[in-house]
Amino acid sequence: MSESMGVKTLIIDGQEVSARSGQTILEVARENDIKIPTLCHIEGLGAVGACRLCLVEVKGTSKLFPSCVANIHEGMEVLTDTERLRKHRRVILELLFAERNHICSVCVSNGHCELQALAQEQGVTHISLPYRNPALAVDASHERFTVDHNRCILCTRCVRVCAEIEGAHVWDVMGRGIDSIVITDLHDEWGASSCTRCGKCVQVCPTGALFDKSKIGSDHPKYPDFLPYLNLMREAQ
Amino acid sequence: MTIEELEQVAKSVCQENEKYDFEVNVCMDLACMSQGADRLREALEKAAGASDKHVLVRRTGCMGPCSSGPLVRVDPEETLYHHVNAGHAEAIVASLGGAPVPELQCDLNDHFDRQVRVVLENAGHIDPEKIDDYIARDGYKALLTALTEMTPSGVIHRITESGLRGRGGGGYPTGLKWGTVAKAGGELKYVVCNGDEGDPGAFMDRSVMEGDPHRVIEGMAIAAYAVGASKGFIYVRAEYPVAVSRLTTALRDTRRRGLLGSGICNTPFNFDVEIRLGAGAFVCGEETALLASIEGRRGAPKPRPPYPAVSGLWGKPTLINNVETFANIAPIVRNGGKWFANMGSERSKGTKVFALTGKIANTGLVEVPMGIKLREIIEVIGGGVPDGHTFKAVQTGGPSGGCIPAEMLDLGVSYDALMAVGSIMGSGGMIVMDDTSCMVNVARFFVEFCMTESCGKCIPCRAGTAQMFTLLSRICEGSGTMEDLDLLVSLCNTIKETSLCGLGMTAPNPVLSTLKYFKNEYIEHIVHKRCPAGVCNMEAHASEVSKEVLA
Repeated sequence: MSESMGVKTLIIDGQEVSARSGQTILEVARENDIKIPTLCHIEGLGAVGACRLCLVEVKGTSKLFPSCVANIHEGMEVLTDTERLRKHRRVILELLFAERNHICSVCVSNGHCELQALAQEQGVTHISLPYRNPALAVDASHERFTVDHNRCILCTRCVRVCAEIEGAHVWDVMGRGIDSIVITDLHDEWGASSCTRCGKCVQVCPTGALFDKSKIGSDHPKYPDFLPYLNLMREAQ
Repeated sequence: MTIEELEQVAKSVCQENEKYDFEVNVCMDLACMSQGADRLREALEKAAGASDKHVLVRRTGCMGPCSSGPLVRVDPEETLYHHVNAGHAEAIVASLGGAPVPELQCDLNDHFDRQVRVVLENAGHIDPEKIDDYIARDGYKALLTALTEMTPSGVIHRITESGLRGRGGGGYPTGLKWGTVAKAGGELKYVVCNGDEGDPGAFMDRSVMEGDPHRVIEGMAIAAYAVGASKGFIYVRAEYPVAVSRLTTALRDTRRRGLLGSGICNTPFNFDVEIRLGAGAFVCGEETALLASIEGRRGAPKPRPPYPAVSGLWGKPTLINNVETFANIAPIVRNGGKWFANMGSERSKGTKVFALTGKIANTGLVEVPMGIKLREIIEVIGGGVPDGHTFKAVQTGGPSGGCIPAEMLDLGVSYDALMAVGSIMGSGGMIVMDDTSCMVNVARFFVEFCMTESCGKCIPCRAGTAQMFTLLSRICEGSGTMEDLDLLVSLCNTIKETSLCGLGMTAPNPVLSTLKYFKNEYIEHIVHKRCPAGVCNMEAHASEVSKEVLA
């Protein structure tokens, strides 16, 4: 009976939960107050499964599954917080901190940065990997906003919000591998680009990479919660 | 075109060939071409025209031993000449019907006798730009037989029975994949051929596409019939211009003959193929990235599921196979699944084409039955390590593979056996290394390759490969510590387990396998600051240390 109605039951961290067929592990976990760390994922945008922080273990296979894109199935047993996962999450966060120049004390997002919060939560107390210290540019050509590539973690939330929600597709990724950066238009200055100045990219940016110029040097909390509401209102129409 | 018409074409080609007493086949593969095979062919044609003998000079695809090129084979005597240049043309033509030219003759019997040629059966025997040559060697017979005498499920059954596994590296059972795409719903389906061969030292797919392009097209058409697709794409890297031009010619001729297009062989089956060029990204060999590239988007992988078999090109069910996989299809349909399953080992059937490179005498292309010992490939077929050096390791599977040491040379080549020793089958590159190769430096080379070819989407691969490269560079330069080594191992573990696609998941393999079998070399670099093979330059670091001491 439950099968035909598309309702599935599964176990997450020992807790029996029910879910609708087609839901992701992350959705079901969050509905049941089970916390899985995420960075590239944000409610309201398409999932890309890129940051790999939301990986979970599924009993019966040694493979790890990105919970933001992996669908649930009947009877699966999910573990979200094992020593193996915690170790990988710490290494991934360390990789991010060593990749560019994340200096919290002088960052506009200090205190309300998703990367910083995750690092504290996952117990990253120091970085054992060599810092790469790349020389990256800051583009302050836009009249309202600035992009500081030194703080960018390439989560592509800005790319997705601009394409999927604003419909402008000003942001995209240029280059490959460690040399990838986010760009506006065809690598034009942000100020000279076709940007609609809506500011959605700034609000969804998890770090201090995109920020509002009027907030330089002061606290710059971000409010990404508009996304689910916006989607809800659009669907209602 | 019907089977009768096909046989008619084959017959007329044979009749035409019978007019000649001798066939002089000139290898016109890229390696031979770069050494003047085109001038050689012109000279041979001129010499043949001037003599009163009836000689057919034919350009062919890769004959195999590329290091001996340009190669010429004279039939019916099957005399093989190596290192031929245009100046030898007259001597060769003059020798026809008499004793062969001694100084050009080469003895590669050991090299050829141990090989079993299925994929390369036409290599060296047909002109890749002549569809009739292919038809004369049973070309397109399998397609027409499938269309007129077999049901799509019958074709899939035959492929399943053959035990063929994907030749791109993953080794996924081909019949199972076809069955999944066939069962997927929807009117529109696609067949995609992955010709984005990017492993350093691998050139199997290039040689197949250049030497026998129709074989790939026929395989794709049979696949399309089996899964119910009407449109195909061949994704070739733009660095293979000869392959692209020969495929383009082949597609044009196939359409002219009515073997592609609508209502093929008077059946309701429609199928056509387009070529798409890759822009030089290694990661586009990964199937989801390849599909994104065909769609015109950035070549970055997507998490699977959904698999392309369910949601591929433009969201439609898509069958994607490697060049060599498609090249195996026609012979399987023609000769039956059991014939194919009789070759090879328990769980790896058929043959595999390998590109032998590195420190080996007979560099080039070989096709061997699965299960053959590595030792036989390297020492007998490959002719061993030249110049009195000793064999150290063989690297299989490209940047995703591992290094296999001399102690394991008696390993039978199969998907599972290679996986068990920390390497992979991969697409078939085989790089042989001798005592002049530093294994730490080799690992660094492959990690650097993965670092520059990472798409940058997921963190472990993007930042992790860069960190691996930094740590390996430190070790190679003499500034590495034992802590760096521990860090490297921990990093490898995370990258392997958490990366999004195969590129990242396998990027640590060269490091892990060299660490497993050649850890002493790492220790030598770190503790004693010396490179046993004498490859790494550690002087820069040593002089810095001495300066510090002096200060």
